[in-house]
Amino acid sequence: MDQVLDVVLILILALNFYALGVSRIRGIVNAVALQGVLLGIVPLLAHGSHGLRGVLLLIVTVGLKGVAIPRLILYAMREAKIQHEVKPIISPMNSLFLAGVGTGLALALSSTLPLADQHAGLLIVPASLSTVWNGFLLMTARRKAITQVLGYLVLENGIFLFGVLLLEAMPLLVELGVLLDVFTGVFVMGIIVHQINREFATISTEHLAELKE
Amino acid sequence: MLYLLVLFPLVMAAVALAAPSKRDRPWLLPAGALLQLALVGLAISQPVGSPGATAWGGWLRLDALGRVFLGFISLMFSLCMMYAPAYLALRIDRPNRVFCANLFVMLAMMTLVTLSYHLGLMWVAMEATTLVSGPLLYFNHNPRSLEATWKMLLVGSVGIALALLGSFFLAYSSIEGGHSGSTLLFEQLMQIAPRLSPPWLHAAFVLLFVGYGTKMGLAPMHTWKPDAYGEAPGLVGAVLAGGLTSTAFLAVLRVYQICRAGPEAELTRQIMIGMGLLSMVVAAAMMIRQRDIKRMLAYSSVEQMGILVLGVGVGGMATFGALLHLINNGLTKGVLFLSAGNIHRAYGSKRLDEVQGALERAPLSGALFLFGFLAITGSPPFGPFVSEFTILSAALARGHYLAGGLFLVLLATVFIGMGRTVLGVVQGPAPATPSSGRFRDSFGTGAPIVCMAALVVLLGVYVPPPLAELLHAAAALLEAPA
Repeated sequence: MDQVLDVVLILILALNFYALGVSRIRGIVNAVALQGVLLGIVPLLAHGSHGLRGVLLLIVTVGLKGVAIPRLILYAMREAKIQHEVKPIISPMNSLFLAGVGTGLALALSSTLPLADQHAGLLIVPASLSTVWNGFLLMTARRKAITQVLGYLVLENGIFLFGVLLLEAMPLLVELGVLLDVFTGVFVMGIIVHQINREFATISTEHLAELKE
Repeated sequence: MLYLLVLFPLVMAAVALAAPSKRDRPWLLPAGALLQLALVGLAISQPVGSPGATAWGGWLRLDALGRVFLGFISLMFSLCMMYAPAYLALRIDRPNRVFCANLFVMLAMMTLVTLSYHLGLMWVAMEATTLVSGPLLYFNHNPRSLEATWKMLLVGSVGIALALLGSFFLAYSSIEGGHSGSTLLFEQLMQIAPRLSPPWLHAAFVLLFVGYGTKMGLAPMHTWKPDAYGEAPGLVGAVLAGGLTSTAFLAVLRVYQICRAGPEAELTRQIMIGMGLLSMVVAAAMMIRQRDIKRMLAYSSVEQMGILVLGVGVGGMATFGALLHLINNGLTKGVLFLSAGNIHRAYGSKRLDEVQGALERAPLSGALFLFGFLAITGSPPFGPFVSEFTILSAALARGHYLAGGLFLVLLATVFIGMGRTVLGVVQGPAPATPSSGRFRDSFGTGAPIVCMAALVVLLGVYVPPPLAELLHAAAALLEAPA
């Protein structure tokens, strides 16, 4: 099981890099959606079957992260009529370089954090920290509000990945609450993206620069 | 009983959504807030150990620290809501259905944070406050408020996401520390705190402090605050600066409690002192020559949050001082934001270039604004003077000479910086050009602010014994070695 898990984790990492390198926003949405589906099966691979609870979590995770949220974002894209990320703050090449550096740092950092016996040898912690970093990068490196929302989703995916380690001990309610909060957050952000589009006829955040000292 | 405290505001939110009349709906706000205040009074009057003070298998509990925050937040919220009908009557051109409902959801979620004895549940409630504050900030529906809302949502969401990662780290530190299972139940974490794994606990504290510190608006994570407070209605500014930042402070304190009992106690103290002073420095620098009165108040809030964490970091009597300062600061911020909102209405501007002679045009609001400035900068005999003095003397008594000295210098800087702006606003001749001209000081927009000001004066000369007792009990929770 652990080898399959490692493959899935590496796929998740690869999707981070893909999301940072591609300029079509549609491509980023697809990457985030696929990442959501993969995240749904990680708990099963890491812990084996968890009965009804595991199945419920799988359905809700895949349903929200893999289907509902990407659809919401695609809808917002159609409304705003945008396809490409023009003139990112940090170019795709440079973002990929930073992503590589961040992933290296995540590996170094996680080697200083001791793991419990039952988790020894798992790649989950470095994969999680690296995904958090890449999500943060996507948020800060791009101008389009919608790409920033996608970055936030990648960041949340990284945190969710870490949560898998705690699955045995955490009540289901907390996990569902977290998922629901993320969904609502993206929903609210989607509404604001729509408002930005209506107000400025573009969703590029460079117009949001009036408030300063 | 504890369920009711959270459910009642949610029911009121539903009622506000269903209420048909834009004109009458705002009156639900003071009615609901006062009923909630009565419920809170009932809950607080029960002794700490009584069965009514725990619910849901230990997930909810009302301890002494929670009582301080819950009581203060309900009081503050009620006073703000008494101002709301008069304000919304002035803004009758804007829809207020979602606005009123969101205020109640905000109250419910702030209440839930004060009751949470489970860090995951507390996180969910804190995240919910971020989301409901979005529509509150966007009340004016113009490009500037849109920008402020977007910044607040993005910065707040990242902060709250880091807090989630920190909560997970904290849970993991109990697994790695040899505990059979991980937990986020506060009670259990406190029991096993000495055995938590130091590297994980260390990382967890940093992430949680940064995360909830972002919601508090500590520098350098304060960037959303001037924009948000600058563009939000004064009413929302008062609720955020008095209520929401206080709940985030409580979240920081819960984490601090665990670290105090664990192996990282001294380090967390140092971090809190350092971050507190940094916030004061940044705020003082930005307040000098600030031309926008609401942004100036936002930086004042950054400064006050710095004072709060500094006080807790110093410890001893300063912890008591910080908790008292929480109340003093919140009430004074209410006076300042609401009177600034009135002045903003009276002039149609919040820029110092256009706002002058407020004592002449809106005498009551101008006087209250001046009062708020004197109180918040620590002039005797008002409440903040007492609490700031307590923190300062404790810092010196405990050997933090450098921190104490800096504290004094920064308070003086803020006094001068803020004084220039405030005196410019209230003094001088009012500009002859008639403004929008609809606003006059009235009972509805004045009385709630006068109540807050009266409490600030009262706390300056006399802290009622039951309150002092409660504050000491709460400070003991933060100080007691496990």
